[in-house]
Amino acid sequence: MRLSAKLTMLMAGLAVSACTNANRFDNGAVDLNAATGNAGGFVAGSASDPSSPAYFQQTIGDRVLFAVDQSTLSPSARATLDGQVQWLLTNADYNGVIEGHADEQGTRAYNLALGARRANAVMEYLIAQGVPANRLRFVSYGKERPIEICSDESCYAKNRRAVTIISAGLTG
Amino acid sequence: MKQVVASLLAVLIMAVIAPSVVLAQNGPLRIEITEGVIEPLPYAVPDFVAESAGARDMAQQIARVVADDLTGSGLFREVPREAHISQITSFGSPVQFADWKAINAQALITGAVSSDGNRVVVKFRVWDVFAGTELGQGMQFAGTADGWRRMAHKVADQVYSRITGESGYFDSRVVFVSESGPKDQRAKRLAVMDYDGANVQYLTGGNALVLAPRFSEDGQRVLYTSYETGMPRVHVLEVGTVQSRILQGQEGVMSFAPRFAPNGQTVVYSLTQGSNTDIWAMDIATGGTRQLTSAPSIETAPSYSPNGSQIVFESDRSGTQQLYVMPASGGEARRISFGQGRYSTPVWSPRGDMIAFTKQNAGRFHIGVMRTDGSEERLLTASFLDEGPTWAPNGRVIMFARETQGAQGSSSLYTVDISGRNLKRVRTPEGASDPSWGPLQ
Repeated sequence: MRLSAKLTMLMAGLAVSACTNANRFDNGAVDLNAATGNAGGFVAGSASDPSSPAYFQQTIGDRVLFAVDQSTLSPSARATLDGQVQWLLTNADYNGVIEGHADEQGTRAYNLALGARRANAVMEYLIAQGVPANRLRFVSYGKERPIEICSDESCYAKNRRAVTIISAGLTG
Repeated sequence: MKQVVASLLAVLIMAVIAPSVVLAQNGPLRIEITEGVIEPLPYAVPDFVAESAGARDMAQQIARVVADDLTGSGLFREVPREAHISQITSFGSPVQFADWKAINAQALITGAVSSDGNRVVVKFRVWDVFAGTELGQGMQFAGTADGWRRMAHKVADQVYSRITGESGYFDSRVVFVSESGPKDQRAKRLAVMDYDGANVQYLTGGNALVLAPRFSEDGQRVLYTSYETGMPRVHVLEVGTVQSRILQGQEGVMSFAPRFAPNGQTVVYSLTQGSNTDIWAMDIATGGTRQLTSAPSIETAPSYSPNGSQIVFESDRSGTQQLYVMPASGGEARRISFGQGRYSTPVWSPRGDMIAFTKQNAGRFHIGVMRTDGSEERLLTASFLDEGPTWAPNGRVIMFARETQGAQGSSSLYTVDISGRNLKRVRTPEGASDPSWGPLQ
């Protein structure tokens, strides 16, 4: 019974997310949160607990997407990040590392720099909205860590991302 | 790592072999490597003569590696052994030129191998069949048994050099990234191999993501980017001892895309601070750094000219990735790429006259070359994703990585000559990317 309650919460989270992210770009409503966040990482707590990392990842949304070769934050990306700001301000014990990524259409070094632009755009936005800079840092993986592996736009759109990974304690 | 260099003792001119006959300037046995070379030169390489009981297998294998090198260059065509009329049973016996003329072998390579314990001696001669003369002098190489492939490559380099008048590239190594696992869980390790994919040795363990290794000019050190600390940072590895260390003095959030200056003392690399990526130089001994570009755009993939005076790099300061050349000390940069599409990963040729690059245009990737002023652009390949050219030590061949499309896609290394001919896959045990071709040993 508890399990089914959890699942309901999770589905609600997904629905919100899909709505938030609908028509961000041409690829329409994508189940962004259906994918694991940081590869292989465990997310502590229950998604029904608003102070849990699971809630941050699944309900607020831990990632924003970008257009091809761009690092500009779209209005819906900013809406997601506003949620991240509120969460980070409420849960002051958590720090964030923003991971920037690119799709595979590009050369390795350039994509590293492009992922850095994206991650930095997110970090600067979070800081501008009030998250203390000393709680945030960023890293780029370029095209090295795709979450979707097909070679068309449906996958590329999800790989052009910046993901906020939160953890309790000090940042490096 | 086994230090093969040390085991290969010396290159000795054999006094016992008859004095050389100087090749006439316009003799028939000559390949001028130009745009016009289309018809490969036919040659024969019978099994080398085993001059000691234990050398039989090696004598056959060495001849096969010589043939693989020469034929693989695209400049030579082997006359199949089944067609041979004469057999070479003794290294010292006179060559029956008529038998080799009859099968149209213009060049003939004869050799012999003897072994004594772990010590192996390989000797060879090159014959101009139609002139009925020896081409150059007989030579011999001595080494250990496990270095037999290197001795074969040295024979092939000699043949290539004598017939083309240019230095070869067969006795050389390539450092690269060995890849395993699916695209979303790919493990990457640094590895080094012979240019033809043989003798792969792994240099890192695969726990940390590693990218884009680059040989020093002497082949003794490798620069690469590693996420060992959690952030991309430039590391340097001594090939002989397989010891690596992070380069001290790197500021900023991330550093990557390193490359040695020809002097081996300076390293250029990209440094990211905030949203901005610029090119910096570091004195590897002191850790002292100097910023070479200061635009708000992405500046990366720097590569020195062979004389060390200039650096070619990519920048998106115009709005898309393009190639620029600046003085090695920094300062004003001149754009050299003006064609359709985006240009990246420029690499200066060892001869200094050309720049190889990656080009993206209309959804395709290409490897191309242009002159250092951007003129005479020539695309050599086209595919879903070709990337990251590196030059053979003689500047005639380019190796690069090709990634195939889709969820099952993987990366492999290929070579192509600078006229765009002779595209070949390099066999590696796993997927492979980011090749860097080392010097002729």
